Amino acid sequence: MFDNLRTFIDKIKPNFVKGGKMGWLQSTFEAFETFAFTPNTVTTRGSHVRDAVDMKRAMITVVIALVPALLFGMWNIGYQTSLHAESWPFELGTAASWWYCLWFGFLRMLPLIVVSYIVGLGIEFMFAQIRHHEVNEGYLVTGLIIPMIVPVTTPLWQLALAVAFAVVIGKEVFGGSGMNFLNPALVARAFLFFSYPTHMSGDSVWIAADLWGTDAIAGATPMGQLAAGMNPSASALDMFIGTIPGSTCETSVIAILLGAIVLLVSGIGSWRVMLSVVLGGGLMGLLFNAIGANAYMQLPFYYHFLMGGFAFGAVFMATDPVTSAQTNTGKWIYGFLIGAFAVLLRVLNPAYPEGMMLSILLMNSFAPLIDHCVVARNIKMRERRALRKEVQQ
Amino acid sequence: MPWSKNNPVTVQVLGICSCLAVTAQLKPAVVMAISVTVVVALSNLIISLMRKTITPRIRIIVQLVVVSMLVVLVDQVLKAYVYDVSKQLSVFVGLIITNCIVMGRLEAFAMSNPPLPSLCDGIGNGLGYSIILIILGFVRELLGSGTLWGYPVMESLGVYNLGYENNGLMIMPPMALILVGIIIWIQRTRNKDLQEN
Repeated sequence: MFDNLRTFIDKIKPNFVKGGKMGWLQSTFEAFETFAFTPNTVTTRGSHVRDAVDMKRAMITVVIALVPALLFGMWNIGYQTSLHAESWPFELGTAASWWYCLWFGFLRMLPLIVVSYIVGLGIEFMFAQIRHHEVNEGYLVTGLIIPMIVPVTTPLWQLALAVAFAVVIGKEVFGGSGMNFLNPALVARAFLFFSYPTHMSGDSVWIAADLWGTDAIAGATPMGQLAAGMNPSASALDMFIGTIPGSTCETSVIAILLGAIVLLVSGIGSWRVMLSVVLGGGLMGLLFNAIGANAYMQLPFYYHFLMGGFAFGAVFMATDPVTSAQTNTGKWIYGFLIGAFAVLLRVLNPAYPEGMMLSILLMNSFAPLIDHCVVARNIKMRERRALRKEVQQ
Repeated sequence: MPWSKNNPVTVQVLGICSCLAVTAQLKPAVVMAISVTVVVALSNLIISLMRKTITPRIRIIVQLVVVSMLVVLVDQVLKAYVYDVSKQLSVFVGLIITNCIVMGRLEAFAMSNPPLPSLCDGIGNGLGYSIILIILGFVRELLGSGTLWGYPVMESLGVYNLGYENNGLMIMPPMALILVGIIIWIQRTRNKDLQEN
């Protein structure tokens, strides 16, 4: 079967090279060819690390890491709806069967994912074609993450607009994947958050009322309850497993940890960033525990890891190799500040119930500065060491 | 041309602050555009007339006095005839004194050119600023509030019934900065000689 595909691709290839009948579609053709087969060209200049893991394989690994969270998220959409909906085929307050929940969630998620990929990849292909670049693979991951971090009731046209904004303003104006300094998926979410706040926060956006349409039922998230000055109604265990209302695929810490294992074992996600985010958030939580001025401050520090997008952000967003700090010391500082700022925003600013998105975006923009300082300090240290040696001689 | 290839906002990148602050709606944007144009043109003319008598050492303070006088005049006129808009613009009328376009044109052009070219230079730069302000005000009011000059365009088109909603980000100043960026992007794509290497 692969032989046939290869012969077919080789047969139509001459049409797509420069000067061929459809030469203007070269980037598009190239993208699909390398999607199926590893390219047979090699770098001819300079030293080069050769590795079977190219960008496409790396991105697919991240997609695999996202699958547990995605599946759990789908199930949870159905489960939450069955618990709260009145027009559900089952008795109100009881959960529907496992398969039905998953099926319901799948049908709700599918349009979001399809819209995200069509709009995002469409723009990516267009830009690559105009600039005669290769189509970059980064959007395979971004396009899946965006539907996973928005409320399930987000209107599709708003999602499409946010995706277009994120890809064009968050990425392409800087020169495409690898040149962007902000995480595009978070740019999309921030765009939605500031443009259409009624669809992105509050109690009544997290649970879908029915299969189609954008109607929603009220179901408060733990973060929303805390911002309103109440204690969360869900237990820590519920939050750990993820059976709470929230953004589509962010709720389950277990599913996200499974993804984290995949990322860590394959070496694609940085353990330094993940660990330091947790450390930063934990220490900030402990600091607030020590102050203890209100109910939110007295909240046990580990609750911060379980609620909202903290875990998802730490594992999948903060570790984005393009927008995080590049130096090892820098990664520690970058991750620590993300965790600390996220908890700080949550507790002290009731206007933004979830601080993770804003704190990652903030640190994204500071990452180059952190790297610069780390490198400059290293240069200075080595200079001093060299001088000391000279003096001793 | 000061309104295209040497536009004060998109090419010289001056006067950004007021661009972001007053363009959430079209009406204040237009009023602001007219005010700045008047101030730049007249101050250019006056300074150009005085240019031979001003001692170089104290030229900045002389320029400031002239500009302040014009701005106070504009402010009084606005308060007399369009009080509500003047309220909306609040401190930004007064801040025309510190608008870099005004000082920039005085220093770069009026100090060394005869009155008539200076007046034209002022009008031209004022128009360049105005174009950008009006584009920003138009887009931001239309998409952010669904109105134009206070008239509910989106409502009369009936798009709200189709599920359309106003974009809250458009009303915020950061979006104005992004829009200016997009205008610069479009302009530089069309004029290759504006691109730096």
